[in-house]
Amino acid sequence: MDILNLDFQQDFFQLFNLPATFKIDSAALERGFLALQAQVHPDKFAHLSEAERRLSMQWATRVNEGYQTLRNPLNRARYLLLQHGVDTQEESNTAMPVDFLMQQMEWREALEAAKQAKDSAALDELEQRMQHEVRILQQQLSTDIDDTRDYAAASGIVRKLKFLEKLAEEIGSAFDELDS
Amino acid sequence: MALLQIAEPGLSAAPHEHRLAVGIDLGTTNSLVATVRNGISTVLNDIEGCALLPSVVRYAPDGSVQVGYAAQAVQSDDPQNTIVSVKRFMGRSLKDVGEVGNLPYRFVDAPSTGSGQAPGMLQLRTVAGAKSPVEVSAEILKVLRERAELSLGGELVGAVITVPAYFDDAQRQATKDAARLAGLNVLRLLNEPTAAAIAYGLDNAAEGVYAVFDLGGGTFDISILRLSKGVFEVLATNGDSALGGDDFDRRIYCWILENGGVSALSAHDTRLLLTNARSAKEQLTEYPQTQITAVLGGGDLVDMTLKREVFYEMTQNLVARTLQATRRALRDAKLKVEDIKGVVMVGGSTRMPQVQHAVGEFFGQAPLNNLDPDKVVALGAAIQANVLAGNRTADDWLLLDVIPLSLGIETMGGLVEKIIPRNSTIPSARAQEFTTYKDGQTAMSIHVVQGERELVSDCRSLAKFELRGIPAMVAGSARIRVTFQVDADGLLSVSAREMASGTEASIVVKPSYGLSDEEITRMLQDSARHARDDMVARALRELQTEAAQLLDAVENALQEDGDALLDEIAQARIRGSMDALRAVLQEEDQQAIKRAVEALNSASTEFAQLRMDKSVKHALAGHKLSELED
Repeated sequence: MDILNLDFQQDFFQLFNLPATFKIDSAALERGFLALQAQVHPDKFAHLSEAERRLSMQWATRVNEGYQTLRNPLNRARYLLLQHGVDTQEESNTAMPVDFLMQQMEWREALEAAKQAKDSAALDELEQRMQHEVRILQQQLSTDIDDTRDYAAASGIVRKLKFLEKLAEEIGSAFDELDS
Repeated sequence: MALLQIAEPGLSAAPHEHRLAVGIDLGTTNSLVATVRNGISTVLNDIEGCALLPSVVRYAPDGSVQVGYAAQAVQSDDPQNTIVSVKRFMGRSLKDVGEVGNLPYRFVDAPSTGSGQAPGMLQLRTVAGAKSPVEVSAEILKVLRERAELSLGGELVGAVITVPAYFDDAQRQATKDAARLAGLNVLRLLNEPTAAAIAYGLDNAAEGVYAVFDLGGGTFDISILRLSKGVFEVLATNGDSALGGDDFDRRIYCWILENGGVSALSAHDTRLLLTNARSAKEQLTEYPQTQITAVLGGGDLVDMTLKREVFYEMTQNLVARTLQATRRALRDAKLKVEDIKGVVMVGGSTRMPQVQHAVGEFFGQAPLNNLDPDKVVALGAAIQANVLAGNRTADDWLLLDVIPLSLGIETMGGLVEKIIPRNSTIPSARAQEFTTYKDGQTAMSIHVVQGERELVSDCRSLAKFELRGIPAMVAGSARIRVTFQVDADGLLSVSAREMASGTEASIVVKPSYGLSDEEITRMLQDSARHARDDMVARALRELQTEAAQLLDAVENALQEDGDALLDEIAQARIRGSMDALRAVLQEEDQQAIKRAVEALNSASTEFAQLRMDKSVKHALAGHKLSELED
């Protein structure tokens, strides 16, 4: 049983009937997601045969995976680049621009300081600064992928965003710790 | 005038006959069963007119089992054989439960089943032998099943059983096992706050983002849902599966011990004071103070006054814990307090004024109390059961729920790598490839855990298994693909296979806390020692019902899509399997029926696939149309 190997034929953009671009109509994505789940969700098949129940679970899983992939900008960029045959080298390529690394270090120090001081206002501020940077990078991704098709540059941004995603997770955990 | 339809005995009845299905709220303190009758969700009462069934089970010396009020009445007299709040032990080892000193039971620790395995589920020693929490819960479910069958006048097609949203895989699996043991066909495990949201949302035509705050007898859940026309979407859930009204009782109990100068209590006294503590708590919802009076076994008298303010103070940090979880849920949903349109209160423990007050203050709005917090979960579960059983309703809705705790695997150094993050919409799956790190390595060990912490030792161990028979290759060249699948019940299954060699050694792993089919069979046999014939007959009837439903489903599918999707040969093949199943359906031979069911399932798989494709295309076609309209 290998459910992810099913021949679903379509890629995620085709699945939701959307153009394969980084810029995305999120309202259309959500409409497509709900329309598909309304057809394939296991709740619609609970009273049917085992074969139909199994297929329904596989389809609903696939639709959820597609939605998560396209909804999240980092996942979407990664997926598009993969479709263009570009490896984002997130594990192998750790050479980052110096100014980016300096900024990372500064933010990590700020995170540690806020954790030590149990300062949720400082965490808030750090989160906002980071989100601002994320938005700028996403804008750049859109240009690199959709307009100039500079996939090497886009890969570099994906690697940066991966760093920031990790930092966002750590800020989240720091908030959790403040609460407990 | 409608023609009477007469079905061949035992065979599929009219396709649109109402299928009997129930929703069951298996609570820590009380349990309920509800069903949809004439389009209205109703809680089913017992013959004395009571809706609530106390979740109390007593194993009596004469071998009988008492459940509900009868068991509750004798809990102080026979505390060791009378199990209350068994839900807190579901899927839990003795180590997990912690402060067992306050509980009047004789626990049996279940050692781990293998090296490195987590310890198994605890058991309780009673006069009827060691009982697992699954067996105790099954006694409660059996009573509710019988109540429903008596009241509805027929056998149930299936049931939706509710679980706390924050239940982990082990607790969910244990609940499903208990239902199977009670002879119930589980249509779905449904999260309690989600069930409440269905009942509330449909009744009030609610739209927008709502929080469901569910403080029950032993568990706390907070779920953030987006309600829109036809869709219930859980955005995030959080909670504590060991925080509820019981903990408030225990605070009072401890206060009595500390301030009343009593100590060294017998099991009888412990249960007596816990019962008194609970009624004191309930009194304080109405009155500013209450009197706690009890005569202990040794003749000592407890006579104390408890003031509301004192009670509030001693339970302050319990309330604070609910708000911590609430903050985490909001953050996961990426929402602020101001985004919440309404707060729905669920669970008897939300009656406590200090809880109402704290929740109101946190959200900056008065919580919604226009539904009975004890019944709303069962009512919502019944509505969902009705739909899942295939009884179409005029307005169809879509329910999208999430997994409450992240699933991960152990990596080097005892660290956890998350595979499926918490709050992922289910069903969900993820495949991960592993490789060997030594030349000629033919086995590897995979450890699946659930939780948010970084260290394996801080998370719950769900399953640990070895993949054997990997073909000997150079290090790093084997490719083992492990697939983690979470189904719509929130239950995990894991399968693996070696890709590079082409061998398809695939396995399916059940989490270590789940019961194997053999164990379920043994328990069924144990519990039915006096009524074995009944049980065999029942199993046969269930199988026949299931087979008839399958015939029904395939027949309907053929009528709808047979000509459009299949050629004559393919249709004849399916018809052949249907005839074969009909031929054995009335025989007493379970194995033959099972084989025929399997044959029909496999003969109709391709057809099901075609129907699914068609259905997906239809959804996309509709999607296109809506875009044109925009």
